[in-house]
Amino acid sequence: MALDYLRKIPWFRQAEIAPSAEIEAASLRSDRFRLEREVDWQRLERIVTALEKGRPKRITDDDLLDLPVLYRKAASSLAVARETSLDAAAIAYLDALVRRAWFQIYGPRETLTGWLRGFLGGGWSRAVRTIWLDICIALFFMVAGTAVGWLLVSREPDWFYALVPGAMSDGREPGADPEVLRQSLEPTANADGLSVFATYLFSNNTGVAILAFALGFAFGIPTLLLLISNMALLGAMLFVFAEAGLGYEFVAWLSVHGTTELGAILLAGAAGIHVGRSMAFPGQRSVLAAAQNAGVRAAQVMAGATIMLVVAGLLEGFVRQLVGEPSARLAIGGAMLAFWCLYFAGMRRRQDRAA
Amino acid sequence: MTKLQTAITTANAKRERELITPEGLALPLRIASRGSRALALLLDLFFLFVGFLVFILCLGLIGLNLGSIEGIGRTPAGELVGIVVILAVFFSRYGYFLWFELGARGATPGKRLLGMRVAARGGQRLTTEMVIARNLMRDVEVFIPAFFLMGNGFDAGLTGAAAFVWLAVFVLFPFCNRDALRAGDLVAGTFVVETRRAKLQDAISLAPDHSQTYRFGEAELAVYGEHELQVLEGVLRTGDEQAMQDVAEAICRKIGWDIGSGDEREFLTTFYAALRAHLESGMRFGKRKKDKFS
Repeated sequence: MALDYLRKIPWFRQAEIAPSAEIEAASLRSDRFRLEREVDWQRLERIVTALEKGRPKRITDDDLLDLPVLYRKAASSLAVARETSLDAAAIAYLDALVRRAWFQIYGPRETLTGWLRGFLGGGWSRAVRTIWLDICIALFFMVAGTAVGWLLVSREPDWFYALVPGAMSDGREPGADPEVLRQSLEPTANADGLSVFATYLFSNNTGVAILAFALGFAFGIPTLLLLISNMALLGAMLFVFAEAGLGYEFVAWLSVHGTTELGAILLAGAAGIHVGRSMAFPGQRSVLAAAQNAGVRAAQVMAGATIMLVVAGLLEGFVRQLVGEPSARLAIGGAMLAFWCLYFAGMRRRQDRAA
Repeated sequence: MTKLQTAITTANAKRERELITPEGLALPLRIASRGSRALALLLDLFFLFVGFLVFILCLGLIGLNLGSIEGIGRTPAGELVGIVVILAVFFSRYGYFLWFELGARGATPGKRLLGMRVAARGGQRLTTEMVIARNLMRDVEVFIPAFFLMGNGFDAGLTGAAAFVWLAVFVLFPFCNRDALRAGDLVAGTFVVETRRAKLQDAISLAPDHSQTYRFGEAELAVYGEHELQVLEGVLRTGDEQAMQDVAEAICRKIGWDIGSGDEREFLTTFYAALRAHLESGMRFGKRKKDKFS
């Protein structure tokens, strides 16, 4: 037969079962309709169940090839049944089946690793470039926060105790002995226990970054407050060290992990501001649509900020405690800063370049 | 129907949504209720809690006591345990929900047990970014209020009160919109829907044919509509003798028959098949009879 090849294409494959006596005997047309197709429905249900259980290997090649056809057949059966059949049980079954199949067929297409590859290979840097305006806003407020902290403490040293929690200052306060301050910048003798410390720092800092993002929901204002208050603390510290003549050493000490960590907090804050700004000024779109659009983009930036915080935690826990020379510290910090800037500016997907 | 039933039906009708597939088919979806979502969250937190308990007990069994934190970090083994513990806390806070919602079921174990899943609003594809966004927001909605409560943060006078109001906004957010969206859903463009699974039940009209015993005419079948057909189907599936007897009597009164007793099931099954055939033939000509009043 010339048309034999057609049978190999799923669309044209005939039903595998011949009309049985039962189908012939059914008096209602809608029952015949159902009996002719229910084998296919149940086959689709088996495939969908295997997919839902996360065991796609159990599905045979034939089943997998037929899946789109089975899905369309079930969808079309449902459409026909709604108009011609009053068999409530069959319609309820088809409703549930087509919905489950829809979630599997039109569900997420990527695996987590595939997503990560696309993310590191261009998705992240593109999202960061898209929110450049929010990054500028966040940067402005971070610089302003540092300046405020510095100015407040330089006018009235009591402000220091209001800005820096007692446990954190650890003897580093206005008018402290420069020798004590220098001690706090010294590297420790060995690396024992530092990995626990690094893990703790990472978990803690990520919490702060996620908070900065999540608070952006209220039109970004709490995010700005969080950025200012955190940076005022830094400004206050900076003043204390500069007053003791240790400004250069402190900046070097901070820069090892600070360029990465402050970068991550900058991105997290910018992501929060991006969401808040889109909700406050949605433009032509509805607030819901604007929030969703911004939220999905900000989530990418945030996932990246988490990665940066892992790097920052490692730098802070290991490198800073092992490298003591201020110029070496500054070089590491500067190199990290340059790396991040180049990555965000230069990492583009292939289709981006083509476009 | 009692008042309660009516109230439940209207409340359910408010949660019905429609999803248009790319094939142009409208699929009914029902938004998960706020109560079951809260319960699912509690279940998930409970699972996490039990997981930690087991973890700590196992550590205790191999001779490690977390109470002496100072001991950790001195020895290489203790250091490793310290890292694992911190990472476990971190991942259970941020990773648990993310991991499960990215799976094929789109649901954490708690949601799955209660028959719910995450879906993208408006029939889009659910993407990884959406799931990340909705779970990052979970932090301010669930964990920070919880830590605040546990740490007695609300005792701190005016700041405490301000924090309370602020956190209440997030907790009460799902009650302020039709789709029961929490703040994370709003930002991510997702919602949580029910996933009912249905088994294919046998067709009642395929039961042994008694159409020779009972013959129904046009006039007798014209009294009822689709709603009554479905009620009758429900009665036949439940198979309650008393209910079948009542329904058979009601039908006989309406069509002026007298069938005696003892043969209700056969009578009802035949009437069901005949009524369905009658209504379906009307459907083919575009005539639908919703219920007995239309």
